Amino acid sequence: MAYHKAEPVAIEDPYRSDEIEVDLLLEAIYRKYGYDFRKYSRASLKRRIYNQIENCGLNNISELQYNVLYDQTAFVELLENLTINVTEMFRDPEFYLAFRKQVIPQLKTYPSIKVWHAGCSTGEEIYSMCILLREEGLLDRAQIYATDIDKNVLAKAKKGIFPIRSFKQYSDNYIKAGGTGSLSDYYTARYDGAIIDQSLKRNIVFADHDLVTDQVFGEIQVILCRNVMIYFDRALQDRVVGLFYDSLDLGGTLCLGSKESLRFNEYGSKFVHVNEKQKIYKKSQVGKKQ
Amino acid sequence: MSSHLENASAVVVGTSWGGVEALSIILRKLPADFPLPVIIVQHQHPNSDDILSLILRKRALLFVKEAEEKELLMPGTVYIAPANYHLLIELDKTLSFSNEAPYNYSRPSIDLMFKSAVDVYGSGLIGIVLTGANDDGAMGLKMIKEFGGMTLVQEPSTATMDSMPLAAIEASPVDYIVPLDEIAPLLVELVSGS
Repeated sequence: MAYHKAEPVAIEDPYRSDEIEVDLLLEAIYRKYGYDFRKYSRASLKRRIYNQIENCGLNNISELQYNVLYDQTAFVELLENLTINVTEMFRDPEFYLAFRKQVIPQLKTYPSIKVWHAGCSTGEEIYSMCILLREEGLLDRAQIYATDIDKNVLAKAKKGIFPIRSFKQYSDNYIKAGGTGSLSDYYTARYDGAIIDQSLKRNIVFADHDLVTDQVFGEIQVILCRNVMIYFDRALQDRVVGLFYDSLDLGGTLCLGSKESLRFNEYGSKFVHVNEKQKIYKKSQVGKKQ
Repeated sequence: MSSHLENASAVVVGTSWGGVEALSIILRKLPADFPLPVIIVQHQHPNSDDILSLILRKRALLFVKEAEEKELLMPGTVYIAPANYHLLIELDKTLSFSNEAPYNYSRPSIDLMFKSAVDVYGSGLIGIVLTGANDDGAMGLKMIKEFGGMTLVQEPSTATMDSMPLAAIEASPVDYIVPLDEIAPLLVELVSGS
């Protein structure tokens, strides 16, 4: 197999042993621990599995599977490797700027709003959204759900303490995102950490939620799910967008990552663009999916 | 001396500094009936938009586009990796993205794209490393060679920056070291049987 010289695999073989091993590992993880990676994009997942094998000095996926089944710490280590938590404050500032200009005016017409950030990771982006909402006078009437599959990153998100070294870039992002003050208004520097203003999280509920297996949230006005679905296969992307469709109010906003789109999605026709470049969509049809 | 590859099924290209010019020269000469998908990683500034694919589209006979997430690879189409994401190829010959940390300082990483392509195409893969100022691609090209694919490197003296071709040549015994303007004709010859 291409990631592991020790196990040569005939690429054309429809029953590739390496693929079967990956299937079995993912099945084992699902049945033992309830995390469902079976419909994740395979190339990236497979590479990370092989990384884990190399890091642990194992010989093959079957050995990893044995360890994962009989040793929970082996699973926790693998899980850390399989979930990707790359994020930053005001990541893609142009998106926040577009959101401010094109979505906020609509939100201002509502007495209360619900925002769901699906796949919030360590929280940098949801705090960014809270800052934006505060500057627009909307934070006090917002209920925010920040969810992730991974409880460890949720705990970090809840704390809201981030490495101070990143804040120069975050400040640049904040300005490009149309921030009306200074990012330093929203954190306190302590040693090498920046502690986010605690009042920002007053209306945030952090909860673990698995987009693969869990159900809808109701009557949401804004869903943020940026650079999460790139790790899902097409079928799972369809399921998740269906979930978003059912969770959103009519006219509700769906925000994806800058290189994601609904173009190949089963529910794509049920959304219209608010901003095509920044991947901001609006739910356009009433009723249930299908 | 060259011969055609029986099972050639995709071409992957990696380049960095000087890549736009090098790619332009190659794409100008690849005929409109070139039968394979061409997948390109050109290092770019993280904030770049799709300008690179628009520039190359004007200079190519084949259709050039920025790669889209989950799109199916089509023959005779050139796919450019977007800035700031890794580009990977799935077994069902669709493209996927990842924003994992930069690999060897690069995102998109040539090595990661090449590796994922090897897993899909095996010995049917043709890998090319062009001009660039680092060593991304060397490891990936080595892997293509190890799995029976065909490897080409731009003759370093014809490269704007020779570090990347030199690193690739150093890392494995490549099949062809060719001047820039001979790469397209060689490719045509290699795939003439497929």
